[in-house]
Amino acid sequence: MTHNPARLLSVAGELTIYTASEWKPRLLAPLLEGEHLELDLGAVQELDTAGLQLLLLAKKEARARGLTLLFCNHSPAALEAIELCGLAGFFGDPVLLSPTGP
Amino acid sequence: MNLDDALHTFIAESLELLQQMEEALLHIEQAPDDPDTINAIFRAAHTIKGSAGLFGLDGIVAFTHVAESVLDLVRAGRLHFTEELAALFLQVCDHIGVLVKRAAEHREPEDSVRQNGTHLLEWLNGLLDDDPARDATAQPPATCPAETTANVERAADTVGTDHWHISLRFGQDLLRNGMDPLAFVRYLATLGRVQHIVTLTDSLPGADDMDPESCYLGFEIAFRSDADKATLEDVFEFVRDDSLIRILPPHSRTAEYQQLIQALPEDDMRLGEILVRCGTLTEAELAEVLRSQAHDVPAAPVGQLLVEQGIVHPPVVEAALKKQQQAKENRQAANNLIRVDAGKLDQLIDLIGELIIAGAGASLVAQRAGNGELMEATALLSRLVEEVRDSALTLRMVQIGSTFNRFQRVVRDVAKELGKDIRLDISGGETELDKTLVEKIGDPLTHLVRNAMDHGIEPAEARLARGKPAQGLLRLNAYHESGSIVIEVADDGGGLNRERILRKAIERSLVAEGAALSDAEILNLIFEPGFSTAEQISNLSGRGVGMDVVKRNIAALRGSIELDSTEGLGTTVRIRLPLTLAIIDGFLVGVGNAAYVVPQDLVVECIELDCEGGHDYLNLRGEVLPFIRLRNLFDIEGAPPRRQNVVIVQFGGLRAGLVVDQLMGEFQTVIKPLGKVFGRIRGIGGFTILGSGEVALILDVAGLIQHLASQRHEAHPHTFLKESL
Repeated sequence: MTHNPARLLSVAGELTIYTASEWKPRLLAPLLEGEHLELDLGAVQELDTAGLQLLLLAKKEARARGLTLLFCNHSPAALEAIELCGLAGFFGDPVLLSPTGP
Repeated sequence: MNLDDALHTFIAESLELLQQMEEALLHIEQAPDDPDTINAIFRAAHTIKGSAGLFGLDGIVAFTHVAESVLDLVRAGRLHFTEELAALFLQVCDHIGVLVKRAAEHREPEDSVRQNGTHLLEWLNGLLDDDPARDATAQPPATCPAETTANVERAADTVGTDHWHISLRFGQDLLRNGMDPLAFVRYLATLGRVQHIVTLTDSLPGADDMDPESCYLGFEIAFRSDADKATLEDVFEFVRDDSLIRILPPHSRTAEYQQLIQALPEDDMRLGEILVRCGTLTEAELAEVLRSQAHDVPAAPVGQLLVEQGIVHPPVVEAALKKQQQAKENRQAANNLIRVDAGKLDQLIDLIGELIIAGAGASLVAQRAGNGELMEATALLSRLVEEVRDSALTLRMVQIGSTFNRFQRVVRDVAKELGKDIRLDISGGETELDKTLVEKIGDPLTHLVRNAMDHGIEPAEARLARGKPAQGLLRLNAYHESGSIVIEVADDGGGLNRERILRKAIERSLVAEGAALSDAEILNLIFEPGFSTAEQISNLSGRGVGMDVVKRNIAALRGSIELDSTEGLGTTVRIRLPLTLAIIDGFLVGVGNAAYVVPQDLVVECIELDCEGGHDYLNLRGEVLPFIRLRNLFDIEGAPPRRQNVVIVQFGGLRAGLVVDQLMGEFQTVIKPLGKVFGRIRGIGGFTILGSGEVALILDVAGLIQHLASQRHEAHPHTFLKESL
């Protein structure tokens, strides 16, 4: 797998009901093309149920295809939502805790 | 492990938990709202209830359950640990203790115990009824669908958790309607604490079918809150119509979880596991729910699926149970403690005693044979045996702290009874001593503590008049000193009045009128049988029995007791006990043909007897030192050798010399008790067997010193005993 480097994708702004339709194809495209994906959540300003659902969908899809999907550089907003739903374990990504806490 | 063994463990554990509960209760009087302490009390009650249930001890379960409910109110902050409540719970704690002990004896509790229990229950139930929020939480409104008659439940069917369980399955259009489920969870967190949350993604379809604007998520939430059910339902007011919302109050019945599992769309087994993960159900409760479900629903979908499930379920549940068991075992291992039958330890110590004797025999043979290598080997052997002995003895050592802590309760109760304000100060709790001693020291200590509180510490007015703080201080202290453990019971009370003691002693003809006694001797008179200075007899002490009994008990443990008192400032009673009862380092001496052992810890030095004249004392660097000639004491025939030696021993601050023929060196001594026939012989504490197979008597130094003191006293009006330091 190492010969196939992950594609890096940055999510910026809000990942919410208002942008979900727009993000769904963009998030899934690399996976549908059989590429590993690394998703930079550093610029996520807002994450709601719809956004969270998309991340879950992508993760599931990646798992089903045997691909790696990593979330990294979680922004505080993203981290708060993930923690709130007790999903840190499901995503299984290393989370860098900011000194002020999530 | 058969059931009896298990019951035994249960009883030992319960008593330990009750002890912890009592300590926590005493602590709570100082820190009424400390959540850790409250939790400790709750946990103790909860664990006892749970374990008692396993053994079918319904009486304990029923009683503890009510107590636990009240504690739950405390935890929820609806009730506060006032002094009365703490006092009530101390009684509750005692009552559970009695119930547990009755269970241990396989006896039904007596009527008096039952009455006490009923009385306490009334009290506890009163507290529960007074709780305003109870009506809202205790009985869930009948919103649950169709309770069948089969579900008329017993209280025992409720699950153990004490938090709400909330199941949420949102309608697909929720997001489009402008609502965000995450917002509900956030809002919920303001009403209490989200203990655990599991997000369910089961209904999330594949990538192609998934509409990013539909809601597919569900939540299972374990939630701890004081809010009532209506408040929680209001949270979901706006989504109730098109979402599936289930809210189960704490301690709901198993059947309600069963209904919940059936009502939710996901696979039962998976849901069950989620409930377990939330901490809402334990594995055992889940097994119960699933099992009763199998009973209740014979008409469930038949066919391949059911068969499959039927096969799958039991192993899964079993695996889950096993996992729980393992977790429990790991926890125990973490404690790093094992319970060992004291009898096994005694047996080990006995064997080591035999080993020491056999080892001594081997060294003797080696010495006689004059074989250097053999001597070296036996020397190494005896060093190792010595180490084994020491570590075996430490196995029996326990800290005195737990014994001391018991007195927190005694002091509290007695102080209340006497109407005095007394603080107990404990130090040296980590000092270790033999377990047998710990068990036997309890009664004498209790007596001394009560005595100090009753007679020692003055009423508040008297204290204030003397310029002392109104609160009396009682101190329990322990430390090691030259092979003994010293336990001190000290008060800052009025101290002992020497005049009064002397007067009383003369009245009771314990001493002759006009006898000149040293201060220490006067004080020690209170240990005489039938002596009491209390002018008024109280419920607790002052009946004139006691101090002599205390002294006798201590003496039976080869210990001694002494008293130190300054009038107006307080009294300190010092108990000195040997560290262990079984094996000591001895110093072997010879008189005539016989060998005697002096406990090595008590030997200060040895000098040659430089004796002109027949007097029985010598000049030790300017100090007058009385001595005993063992030859005379034990009526040994034959003339003394030309050069005799004096072994100087010290006990309880007093020194004396023992005149012997020969000094034979150190010897590990296994103390064997003397038969009853020899019980009354003074000066002998036991015997031991030498490597050669000969018997050597162990000298009772404390007894000898006392003997010497009384002899001196008869011969002279004042004592020759020299106080060292």
